[in-house]
Amino acid sequence: MKKASFIAVATAATFMATAATAATLDDVKAKGFIQCGVTTGLAGFAAPNNDGKWEGFDVDFCRAMSAAIFGDPEKVKYTPTTAKERFTALQSGEIDVLARNTTWTFSRDVNLGFEFVGVNYYDGQGFMVKKALGVKSALELDGARVCVQSGTTTELNLADYFTANGMKYDSVVFDTADEVREAYLKDTCDVYTTDQSGLYAQRSVIADPEAHIVLPEVISKEPLGPLVRHGDNQWGDIARWTLNAMVEAEELNISSANVDTLKADTKNPSIQRILGTSGDLGQQLGLSNEWAYNIIKNVGNYGESFARNLGEGTALNIARGLNAQWNKGGILYAPPLR
Amino acid sequence: MTAEAADLEVAKINKFRDPRIRAIFYQILVIVLIVGFVAYVGHNTAVNLEKRGIASGFNFLSQPAGFGIGIVLLMDFDSQTSTHLDVLLIGIINTLAVSISGIFLATIIGFIFGVLRLSKNWVVNKIAAVYIEVIRNIPLLVQLMFWYFAVLSVLPLVGDSMSIGNNFFVNNRGVNFPAMIPSTGFWLIPVALLVAIVASVLVRNWAHKRQDLTGQIFPVFWVCLGLIIVLPVIASLIMGNPFTMSYPEFGRFSITGGWSLEPEFLALLLGLSIYTGAFIAEIVRSGINAVSHGQTEAAHSLGIRPGLTTRLVILPQALRVIVPPLTSQYLNLTKNSSLATAIGYADITALFAGTSLNQTGQAIECIMITMLFYLSISLLISMFMNWYNKRIALVER
Repeated sequence: MKKASFIAVATAATFMATAATAATLDDVKAKGFIQCGVTTGLAGFAAPNNDGKWEGFDVDFCRAMSAAIFGDPEKVKYTPTTAKERFTALQSGEIDVLARNTTWTFSRDVNLGFEFVGVNYYDGQGFMVKKALGVKSALELDGARVCVQSGTTTELNLADYFTANGMKYDSVVFDTADEVREAYLKDTCDVYTTDQSGLYAQRSVIADPEAHIVLPEVISKEPLGPLVRHGDNQWGDIARWTLNAMVEAEELNISSANVDTLKADTKNPSIQRILGTSGDLGQQLGLSNEWAYNIIKNVGNYGESFARNLGEGTALNIARGLNAQWNKGGILYAPPLR
Repeated sequence: MTAEAADLEVAKINKFRDPRIRAIFYQILVIVLIVGFVAYVGHNTAVNLEKRGIASGFNFLSQPAGFGIGIVLLMDFDSQTSTHLDVLLIGIINTLAVSISGIFLATIIGFIFGVLRLSKNWVVNKIAAVYIEVIRNIPLLVQLMFWYFAVLSVLPLVGDSMSIGNNFFVNNRGVNFPAMIPSTGFWLIPVALLVAIVASVLVRNWAHKRQDLTGQIFPVFWVCLGLIIVLPVIASLIMGNPFTMSYPEFGRFSITGGWSLEPEFLALLLGLSIYTGAFIAEIVRSGINAVSHGQTEAAHSLGIRPGLTTRLVILPQALRVIVPPLTSQYLNLTKNSSLATAIGYADITALFAGTSLNQTGQAIECIMITMLFYLSISLLISMFMNWYNKRIALVER
């Protein structure tokens, strides 16, 4: 897999001399679907359901883009990528957009040649241990064996945190989240560390979730968001405003349930603009004017997607916390759509 | 047409029809095409990397790595100050560590089972046959997973470690045993060991000559073993035991102190050597079968005992058949060690072509360096084995 994507980037960089300047939107329209990079399976964010259909919070972003472009959320093909493969897959053009709870960092934005289009989940790195160990704080982890996924910011934060607190650890590094969980459950290591959302997701699929606790410390900022390649600004804009439209829709209380009535008889100019009954926001993006209507109608607003995949009542049971709207105590804040 | 013109014509035709000239022409053409293709690929890659804003070059090697490594041998590694070059070196050391110990173990397993496969004892013979046929026909990756997830992970937890004596523990975090920590004056012990080894070689040569001259047999093995054990012990006593022992102790999470073999290393070592050992066993069996049965009969009729016959008559001749295919098994083992990445062992592929590649994003450089490493190490092994093959080759007098 790794080799395949390396070869892909090598051949793409080698032979597709003009690909870098081609418009992704035209390519996507021509082939009739979006190729969306997701995780190899992380409950709540992107995982195939019992019917083999991909579901989750990141998957919803791909579906929203498909709805914005095609008016149909199903025109997406998913490429499961490991943390290690994801960047080469995007660089090489194997996928059009990467929605794979990826942390927005300087070097990824600048050095790897990507463009993060926003943050769809504000996260932080945490630790999960077995209750039986009796550990109450991450500061008690000196000398522990830590299981971690390779190619992540997690590996870097882990080293920073232990150095800063003068503690030692042994790391055991695996390629996929499932391998890490397996090793943690087999007690090959004491601690499982990744973004807290990931810890909750993994805990939700463990047989006895009650035997494990997520320690209170959050040791890093992990703004997770979708990203595209540098250099195609139109495509970047579509991705960025797809995300913003979902957030804005929640703030304006537009949901998949009431979007039709609102479209027919709202007097609110903000809502009219976003639903395309006034202005030409969609055309400015190179899409139909009903782009945001299609997103909300087919996928829902940010809050609906969150509640469906991650929120209270789901197996993950994550509170909105930082990911609530700015006027509800969170830091979710979409620039105005006008 | 004058005679001169006709000659000229013939000369012209001859030039094109001359196979040597034609051969040179085509060779030059092929070289130009290959060089042109490589240059085109290289140039195009560089241009496209730049166009996509992807960093290139080897400067990243001097950047701090920033991540931790589970298994570090012979070097100090600090996640904040050590660079990606250090990561590369640690990866190389870890790969070499598992490859060399794997080659050693696989050779022993292979020779034992290769000889057992020829045993006239039905049970022994069949046990060897089952081992070889089962192991050779299951993919190595699956076997590594088996050793790691199905065997080593289900050993007792640290708290209920199996112990042998007070200082040797086996649990699902590996094997722990006492460590020898050198203090001042320790240098004499390795020096004494080296002297003992040199002396052993000299004794062996001398004994060989004496046997040729007088026919008397000297107990070379026991004398050499004695030298190798006694000399370092004397050295240690002279310097007043210049080391301290560190014993494994139960810490909060796992056993601290002493030396430990991590389960990732053990799984890889076992997987690789048992898998390659099965192939080596077949090579050894075919090598022994290749020595004509008349040799055995001749040795027996001279009154040489069966054990000595195998050691002095059969094996030296069999080795000539065994060594060339053995070389390719050693190469396979070294290259297969890159499967380490599946079970979390920090070899060069997992560390440098994995984590470093991902943190820096410089796929082409990292993969190139990794390929270059495997290529050089494989060529080195081939060179050594070719030298050894020449040494044991039949010398015609």
